[in-house]
Amino acid sequence: MSSPFLKIKREKMNVEFKNINKHFGPVHANVDINLSIKSGSIFGILGENGAGKSTLMKVLSGFIQPDSGEILLDDKVVTIDSPADAINYGIGMLHQDPLDFPPMRLIENFIVGQKGGLVPSYKSTMKDFEELQKKFGFSLDPEAYVDTLTVGERQQLEILRLLWMGANALILDEPTTGISSLQKEKLFAALKILAEQGKTIIFVSHKLEDVEALCSRVAILRKGILVGEVPAPFDSDELVEMMFGKVITLGERNNLSQEKVVLELKDLYVEQYPLRIENVNFQLRAGEVIGLAGMEGSGQDILLRACVGLIRPISGKVIVKEKDLSHKNYLEYMENGVSFLPASRLEEGLVPGLTLAEHFTIAGDEKKGLFIDKDYFKEKAEKMIDEYHIIGRPDLNVESLSGGNQQRAALSLLKNSLSIILLEHPTRGLDIESAIYMWGKLKERCQQGTSIFFISGDLEEILQYSDRILVFFSGHVSPPMDASTTTLDQLGQLIGGKGWKQVFDTKEKL
Amino acid sequence: MNKSRTRSISLLFQLGGLVFSLLFVSIILILVKSQPLEAFRLIWEGATGNATRISSVLVVWVPLLLVTCGLLSTFTTGMWNIGIEGQITVGAIFTTGVMRLFLETSLSPVLVITISILAGMIGGAIWAGLAGVLKTFGGVNEIFGGLGLNFIATALNIGLIFGAWSRPGVASMSGTEPFPEQFWLPTFQNFRVSIWSIAFAIIGLVIIYFMLQGTHFGLRLKAVGKGMKSAFRMGIPTWQHMMLSFIICGLFAGLAGAIQVTAVYHRLIPSISSGYGFMGLMIAMLINYQAIWLAPIALFFAALNIGGIQLPIVLKLDSSLTGVLQGSLVLFVMISQGVKQKFLGRK
Repeated sequence: MSSPFLKIKREKMNVEFKNINKHFGPVHANVDINLSIKSGSIFGILGENGAGKSTLMKVLSGFIQPDSGEILLDDKVVTIDSPADAINYGIGMLHQDPLDFPPMRLIENFIVGQKGGLVPSYKSTMKDFEELQKKFGFSLDPEAYVDTLTVGERQQLEILRLLWMGANALILDEPTTGISSLQKEKLFAALKILAEQGKTIIFVSHKLEDVEALCSRVAILRKGILVGEVPAPFDSDELVEMMFGKVITLGERNNLSQEKVVLELKDLYVEQYPLRIENVNFQLRAGEVIGLAGMEGSGQDILLRACVGLIRPISGKVIVKEKDLSHKNYLEYMENGVSFLPASRLEEGLVPGLTLAEHFTIAGDEKKGLFIDKDYFKEKAEKMIDEYHIIGRPDLNVESLSGGNQQRAALSLLKNSLSIILLEHPTRGLDIESAIYMWGKLKERCQQGTSIFFISGDLEEILQYSDRILVFFSGHVSPPMDASTTTLDQLGQLIGGKGWKQVFDTKEKL
Repeated sequence: MNKSRTRSISLLFQLGGLVFSLLFVSIILILVKSQPLEAFRLIWEGATGNATRISSVLVVWVPLLLVTCGLLSTFTTGMWNIGIEGQITVGAIFTTGVMRLFLETSLSPVLVITISILAGMIGGAIWAGLAGVLKTFGGVNEIFGGLGLNFIATALNIGLIFGAWSRPGVASMSGTEPFPEQFWLPTFQNFRVSIWSIAFAIIGLVIIYFMLQGTHFGLRLKAVGKGMKSAFRMGIPTWQHMMLSFIICGLFAGLAGAIQVTAVYHRLIPSISSGYGFMGLMIAMLINYQAIWLAPIALFFAALNIGGIQLPIVLKLDSSLTGVLQGSLVLFVMISQGVKQKFLGRK
């Protein structure tokens, strides 16, 4: 499995940043960063959204060039012009959003990055692939299509591919968002093996628990500045203070649900290959928050999308405020006060290339004459930017906002009087502060009688904010559980498929 | 902050593209042992030398402007309406067909012309709608669908000229029997250009400019073009908007075809679309899909077309040289835009 296309052959690699500076317009994203990372260790880079972590890593992986400063690999200055260049130097980056080719098969994705040779050798690649994935206990089917994989599996694929291409230093940008806890365990185990082999692992995250569990040393960024470096063992309070400059507590759960039923699922049967969800009966009450827990790809996303007309049920009913919408499309659900915020913000959430003001123009219900009242919507955008603490301007294109700000923008675009909001991973990729803020805003809406249905891979988030929980396991849906009497352990076991019989007294075979 | 500076750098790169394309064509001219400067002077003379020539330039300018207006609508929704040529042709066919129906009646010529032009617009819209249906319901890429429909439109046109609508006794490449003069769009004195067609072009440009810049509908088209899934999620009915943008484009193309018939040729000829559709695609790219630059650039292309006529007469060069100039202009401007992006950095 040794890679045939490295510029420089080596087993280990020390990475050093020297006086790295990077500006994006008026934003100084990296301020004079000096950092030295030794091979054979897992090095954490911690910071809230917009702290400059991703920028620094993109500099190392050749996606962007620094305005000034140098990168040293094993004490030698190198210029990394492109991601392809980075991989030649043995630096591989795993992105927050997987950059693969969904309509292709796994093995084809694997081969795509390969250099040299006119005809790719499937047989030997397949052998390499199987050997490599056995080492880490992954179980990917090389013949499967990438778009059938979960985010966690796509991540595993990408790690294998980078290693196969000869990465000595592996950068992981927020790798634990959106993957199940089991996949996280596998990922961490794999990273530890790699570190023992002498690889340099750079782990970028804003999640304290992950960093604490994994890293031997961590550097903290805040507003583009390297605040400090701390070796393990870590003191959580100290890290939080370095990240935010202040200590934060999570918001309270408060039960706001009323008796009125706003959404009813009757014997719902939905199917999306390879999963099938049968016999779902459920009533959502006004003001209630329901968390959908489960490993990624257990069916929660299918159910959520079936509740908003994006997947048509095969049989059974979806009733919104006593109106049968079972076979209506998404736009009719919208007209009935149901709104949906998908996980992939720039693919399904916001329109890249349009400004914030233009988004408010499209999303708003008011001022729908023939011509656009541009001043009105500019003012509206300014008001919302203020109200939702979005860092941006009305005339800025949405794709230039940071992830957290995009999510705030998406939230601020929701209409005011909604009956139901469906959310996929509402706080994925957000720092603690933004996440708390997000939920504060959502809870405000609950007080006005809006109900919330949300998916999250973060069990603590589910326990923290839900009134009731539905657990998913390979297409099976549990009866609703009261969140206040459920423990984290219990939930963790259930999403792994354990203990269903005892808890739900179910006769179904799992 | 740095907007004026960025803009002047942009302009510099655009001009750079122009300079490079002129150089490129000069090299070609030198290779065929001709005088580049003489050729450029001839083109300029040919386009602006006298009033007749200027009016000829305007005759080309009108359909070019109209088809490009239409194309801006489909480009805004992110689609390549290659079928524009067929849409012009079908517009011309519909206009001719309807006009033939009313030639012998006692209806006033003004009414007949109006109905025929409207019929042409509807014809173009139908042909564009077909490409749209193939795209939205059949999953056929608009480029392939459009190409296919272009062939069919051409075949239909030739078929009619040599068949059902052929001149009594003779079927020839020169087209159908010319219409009596009262069925022509009135022109300025002896010049070829009609005040009406110029008015149509200007009205069309104003409509498309305001539609894309200032209306909710235009913004929704843009949203569909930039991110279809997100646009749908935000509540925009996407396929309906794609269909509408095709139909709008078809209306413009059909109008261009109708003007070719009623104001320029006064009959149906085999090459009625004159390649204006493809030229419109080039213009749309060149102006970076911004309606504001459309009128002058279309005028420039029209001037090249007319000016190029002098080349074979005087220098014994093929007039397709202006096509080379137009094509290389688009290429070099696009290359310079790419270079600029690399130079200025993205975003």
